[in-house]
Amino acid sequence: MKFVKLLGASLLVSTMLAAGAANAKTLVYCSEGSPENFTPAMNTTGTSLDAARPVYNKLVQFDPGTTTVKPALAESYEISADGMTITFHLRKGVKFHSGVNGFTPTRDLTAEDVIWSFNRQWKPDHPYAKVSGGAYDYFNDMGMPDSLVSIEKGADDLTVVMKLKEPNAPIMANLAMDFATIHSAEYADYLLKKGTPEQFDQMPVGTGSFSFVDYQKDAVIRYKAFEGWAGKPKVDDLVYAITPDPTARYAKMKANECQVMIAPNPADLEAMGKDADINLMSQAGLNIGYLSMNVTKPPFDKVEVRQAIAMAIDRDAILKEVYQGAGQKAKNPIPPTIWSYDDATVDWEYNPEKAKELLKKNGVETLETDLWWMPVQRPYNPNAKRMAEMMQADLAKVGLNAKLVSYEWGEYRKRLQAGEHQLGLLGWTGDNGDPDNFFFLAGCDKDGKPAGQNLSKWCDATFNADMMKARALTNQDERAAIYKEMQKIHHDQLPWLNIAHSTVFEPVRKEVSGYKISPLGAHEFQDVDIKE
Amino acid sequence: MATDTAIVTRPAAPPGPLLSFWRSFRENRSAVLGLAVVIFIILVALLAPVLAPHDPLEQFKGATKLPPFWLDGSDPRFWLGTDAVGRDMLSRLMYGARISLFIGLSVMSVSMVVGITLGLAAAWFSGIIDVIIIRIMDLIMAIPSLVLAILIIAMIGPSLTNTIIAVTIVYLPRYVRLVRASALAELTKDYVTAAKVAGVRPFRLMASTVLPNCLAPLIVQSALGVSDAILEAAGLGFLGLGAQPPTPEWGAMLADTRDLMQSHPWVMAFPGLAILMTVLAINLMGDGLRDALDPRLKRS
Amino acid sequence: MIKFFLKRLALTIPTFFALMFVTFMMIRLVPGDPIEVRRGERGISPERLAQLRHEMGLDQPVLKQFWDYVWGILHGDFGTSIISRSPVLHEFFTLFPATLELTLCAMLLATLVGVPAGVFAAVRRGKFYDQALMGAALTGYSMPIFWWGLILILVMSNTLHLTPVSGRVDLIKYYYQPVTGFALIDSLLSGQKGAFGDALRHLILPTIVLGTVPLAVIARMTRSSMLEVLEEDYVRTARAKGLANWRVIGVHALRNALIPVITSIGLQVGTLLAGAVLTETIFSWPGVGKWLIESISRRDYPALQGGIMLISAAVILVNLLVDLTYGLINPRIRHGH
Repeated sequence: MKFVKLLGASLLVSTMLAAGAANAKTLVYCSEGSPENFTPAMNTTGTSLDAARPVYNKLVQFDPGTTTVKPALAESYEISADGMTITFHLRKGVKFHSGVNGFTPTRDLTAEDVIWSFNRQWKPDHPYAKVSGGAYDYFNDMGMPDSLVSIEKGADDLTVVMKLKEPNAPIMANLAMDFATIHSAEYADYLLKKGTPEQFDQMPVGTGSFSFVDYQKDAVIRYKAFEGWAGKPKVDDLVYAITPDPTARYAKMKANECQVMIAPNPADLEAMGKDADINLMSQAGLNIGYLSMNVTKPPFDKVEVRQAIAMAIDRDAILKEVYQGAGQKAKNPIPPTIWSYDDATVDWEYNPEKAKELLKKNGVETLETDLWWMPVQRPYNPNAKRMAEMMQADLAKVGLNAKLVSYEWGEYRKRLQAGEHQLGLLGWTGDNGDPDNFFFLAGCDKDGKPAGQNLSKWCDATFNADMMKARALTNQDERAAIYKEMQKIHHDQLPWLNIAHSTVFEPVRKEVSGYKISPLGAHEFQDVDIKE
Repeated sequence: MATDTAIVTRPAAPPGPLLSFWRSFRENRSAVLGLAVVIFIILVALLAPVLAPHDPLEQFKGATKLPPFWLDGSDPRFWLGTDAVGRDMLSRLMYGARISLFIGLSVMSVSMVVGITLGLAAAWFSGIIDVIIIRIMDLIMAIPSLVLAILIIAMIGPSLTNTIIAVTIVYLPRYVRLVRASALAELTKDYVTAAKVAGVRPFRLMASTVLPNCLAPLIVQSALGVSDAILEAAGLGFLGLGAQPPTPEWGAMLADTRDLMQSHPWVMAFPGLAILMTVLAINLMGDGLRDALDPRLKRS
Repeated sequence: MIKFFLKRLALTIPTFFALMFVTFMMIRLVPGDPIEVRRGERGISPERLAQLRHEMGLDQPVLKQFWDYVWGILHGDFGTSIISRSPVLHEFFTLFPATLELTLCAMLLATLVGVPAGVFAAVRRGKFYDQALMGAALTGYSMPIFWWGLILILVMSNTLHLTPVSGRVDLIKYYYQPVTGFALIDSLLSGQKGAFGDALRHLILPTIVLGTVPLAVIARMTRSSMLEVLEEDYVRTARAKGLANWRVIGVHALRNALIPVITSIGLQVGTLLAGAVLTETIFSWPGVGKWLIESISRRDYPALQGGIMLISAAVILVNLLVDLTYGLINPRIRHGH
């Protein structure tokens, strides 16, 4: 009897499974590479952050497709009048994924999980501080150790109180970044007892819309839908097909083997635009590609020489041949999608004759110089080598003989930061949509010494004073007024030549709906649906 | 009548080694074809400044990614079209021949000199010196050649000179082993022993007796060495580790066009064809050399 | 024989040790830093860099680092990859089957096509087929394989849509966990319809690209070896006796002609592994070659070091085996005369 029942039950289950399989909606995303691990706090690459994002949530998050911060695991929060205490009220009944790596959660999200997640990055004596190498780059880079006083449980299990050393306007934007992801403290304990804490970073358990299924290096990551606090996602299965070659990604998309893909090859955009099966989405990227002119190396200490360079380089041609149209010529150091962008700025025109005159006036007729290009493709510069070759030809026309220099990527950046170059290509991708996240690149510290990111080693007293002032203000209009002033200074002084803000293109299959390109370069799928 | 012709030719002096070599080389038609192509490429390389229609570095604005003359949209100024920044493909290919041949010949001559020295030293001194040299060569051969070359370049930085250094090191063992083996075989022969007993100095003995006797395989090896070096260097250029921009190196030209593969396929056709044609011609010639110099030699 | 083998094996130990030392030093002379390279535009403060370097033991004297490394290897520990933070040995053995599978397929293709082509060319010496085949072989031998790979992708995948562009098996359609690491075997074991065919289709282009040069070498080798044997007295005698031509060629000549060919096939393994680096890069084939290249650009010292050691060990071992087989076969050949 029992046997018959069992048989019947299993038959039922298998038919259900089969039916489920037939109707299951699978969304395949062609990603670029393998994640280093699944703990966002330890990673800096978009590839790794993207891979962890479906699984996790933060206290606050960016509204998909924007840089607006909205509540997530924290239902609401209050900032005290002095701006130094933030109280978060967590949502009730937030469930963690169950069944991943044999772990079944016994409780919902509490303040303990939040405190655990921040302390791992902050306190060296945290049991997980050293697990998996323990380098928490973003936490340090965003200045958290310097600005935090304490993170503690508040009045009840669902209240977290964060105390700061001084008011900090961009902190909510910072907390929406991936390093501020909230993990399960219970899962961490479970693995510690099992003696395999490093699995914490390989088999993630979170509160996100998708729970982790499995990962095969260089091949595929699988997730399945999870009905959590934010409701059930529209697709049943989410798959990341790791496909490093953009041509291969395109081929897969054409064959409907993936429905969303990252980073198309600029040369293929035209064909994609014409493809009826593909919806080529685009958005202005939150980035800037620039040419740093080292003001400590004569003759680039003279502002007129820097202006001459700006006029000697044909940026329109660069936009056409390097960005292949997928970019916008930059006239300000911040992208136009950021508030406080000054559209009134008048860009430097391409005028080699005038450039030559200006150089001559400053005693430069011919000059041996260098031009550094980075060895990697970046969102703000799809082909630095090609760009450098074009600039070299432009500079030659005004008498500047630029030698092309490049190093391995880490070495390259280190040497640029040390100011070894005269002219050097680099850029920046915004982290959180705050203007300060761009202006600090040209900033100096209180003693008037250029900060590490300031490649041109340019220190302007007014510019820096303005930047400090804006940081302490909370009123956005007041801040915007100051930032406009700073853009003016940057334009006239030209510590770097703004080249372009690249446009981010993301082809999706026409069956896909609800997908939004994130200006921050994130790929998010909780609201995405596909037609059968 | 046959005897008559034989009589007519007889008065000519017996053919010298060069002439007899040429006669047997000439028999191999494909080898002669290879030689002709090699000469053609050498001429193009030497005369590139005269022959090339444009400066290989000049960028023609608004004339980028033009197709070759037989396709629609081509420009009569640029026979083989232009690259991604508007440089003339034909001119770049011609100047590229200079670079590839220069790499090939440099690698070959340096490895010849070093290889002969080390090989002869190993054979003559034997004992510990022999062991050390042979072990070092084993070491080099144990690492996959391209990985070793990349590692060396990562260490000393990418440039044309460093490409030559890296490829030379990678290919050195072949020469050393070849010379050592031939020299060892030669050293056991009676005439060498006799010369030794007679007190001929080692250096002279090597230069005058041993070396000439292993010359034939060396010449064949060196021809192949040139083509292999060109291939290896192009591979490095393709990975971005060879000659640096804007040098028109064929491998690097190929790598530059990878993003245009789908949309402008012809841009990647020419540099690859140039590499293939050059290497093939040298190899054809090398086969002919081998057959003419030493029919017993086999190529692996 | 066993004594001889052990002696030869012992001789490779100093080579191996020297290799370890040389690669270790070379890698440390490479400018760049595994920590810096991961940091992108953001950079890192000197204090934080010093702290991280200390944690990873990179601030120790190089000789001390080397000693620690050797000590680790003697205990079966090849270190931990800086990027993936998993043990190098584990990483290597996850990726090696992919390289081995590709290499074996390429070897198989080269042998199965190269030997018959060489025999055929030898029998038709000087005729049209001989010239055409040998011309093709020399072209194959001269092929820049990175270009050849791109051309094949362009024609076969992008234009004709016959083969996939990259990867090993479509893991989206076919879902299974690797058991052996060989896509062909795993796809069969998974029991999923079509998986094996898919794995096979993914292998076609990389196999052709990697197999081209060895195929050319083997065809040329077989031809010349065959020609030599055909000139031998016993073959002539056999032919003169009126034995059927194919019998002479197939049974007597080929058997003897193949011996040097087999040796050269063995020696091709090293060349193949070098070729695998480029092939894997072009086809995004998740093998050891691609991993090594990536490790160089990421300055992942432990992975690079371990990878080179293990690959070189494989090459040394294969060469040793080839030498031994040759030693086994050689006396017998002499007796045969």
